Amino acid sequence: MHETVVAQSLHEIILAEAKKQNAKPVSAKISCGVLNAINDEILRFAMETIAKGTVCEGMKLQIEHKPMQGRCRNCNKVFNVDFHQPYCIKCGNEDFELLPDAPLVLEEIELQTEQ
Amino acid sequence: MSKVNIGKKILIANEQYALQNSRLLAEQKTLCLNVISSPGSGKTTILTKTIADLAGKLRIGVIEGDIQTDIDAQRIMATGAPAVQINTNGACHLSASQISNALEKLPLKNLDLIFIENVGNLVCPSAFELGESFKVVVLSVAEGDDKPAKYPAIFAKSKVLLINKIDLPASLADFDIEKVKAETRKLNRDIHIFPISARTGEGMSKWYDWLLKAAK
Repeated sequence: MHETVVAQSLHEIILAEAKKQNAKPVSAKISCGVLNAINDEILRFAMETIAKGTVCEGMKLQIEHKPMQGRCRNCNKVFNVDFHQPYCIKCGNEDFELLPDAPLVLEEIELQTEQ
Repeated sequence: MSKVNIGKKILIANEQYALQNSRLLAEQKTLCLNVISSPGSGKTTILTKTIADLAGKLRIGVIEGDIQTDIDAQRIMATGAPAVQINTNGACHLSASQISNALEKLPLKNLDLIFIENVGNLVCPSAFELGESFKVVVLSVAEGDDKPAKYPAIFAKSKVLLINKIDLPASLADFDIEKVKAETRKLNRDIHIFPISARTGEGMSKWYDWLLKAAK
């Protein structure tokens, strides 16, 4: 449900950029880590609702989920952590350090310049 | 059509408030713990018991987050500790700007420790940094021992796990504490785990020892 807050912040940033460029945003690419707990469907629905009646209405969201990474304390291998099978993919060791989760980032916006 | 690179953190406004809060708390040398759990796990009872038992040893203040009512803040204030209630009016988590306002209302100079009792929810609060020193996750035995596997984020991010209500024998019969410990440590090797009953006081002394050390 926190996706509504995320959508609000996202909308504000995109609106500001659209105004600066005097253009209509048609799509945006965002990325997030596991711990941001973003549900794509809810975020898209929230964005659609917030964007209604603004220049962002109808814009598409592309959401990239970045995996959680761990560093093995035995062989130092950095690997994508599967929480259901939490061990090093190289040596099988269960002792690893979780690396910082990827933040929630607005990567890119696609704009349609008004003719 | 044109593409514009932005590369901006979406929750930057929250992060800026969180940073400001953590600086303020560091200046005042006040430990701040963000307590997160499902509704009904016993967060408020843990806090009132802790405040009462550590009276004279730790000066504790509380920021209470709830969707509605000030029932919890009233319970805290009945112990004599200062408390500020935040009503989120529907929002499922506390945000750092709300904590910033609440910190202004607490006598920080006279406090060693501030508990933030987040809105009852195992998902959303884990995504919003508040400027706290550490997160504490509470899981009661009646909720089931599959929670670390189902909600890994909060178990991976917390410094302490309190397994509460161990005085309920019927629930405890179906709750494998060793499994919870093992699954939680897979996500978070360095987490401190204390099985407790805030109601009877069982196991609370180890939690207090950790608090007293962390608040020094």
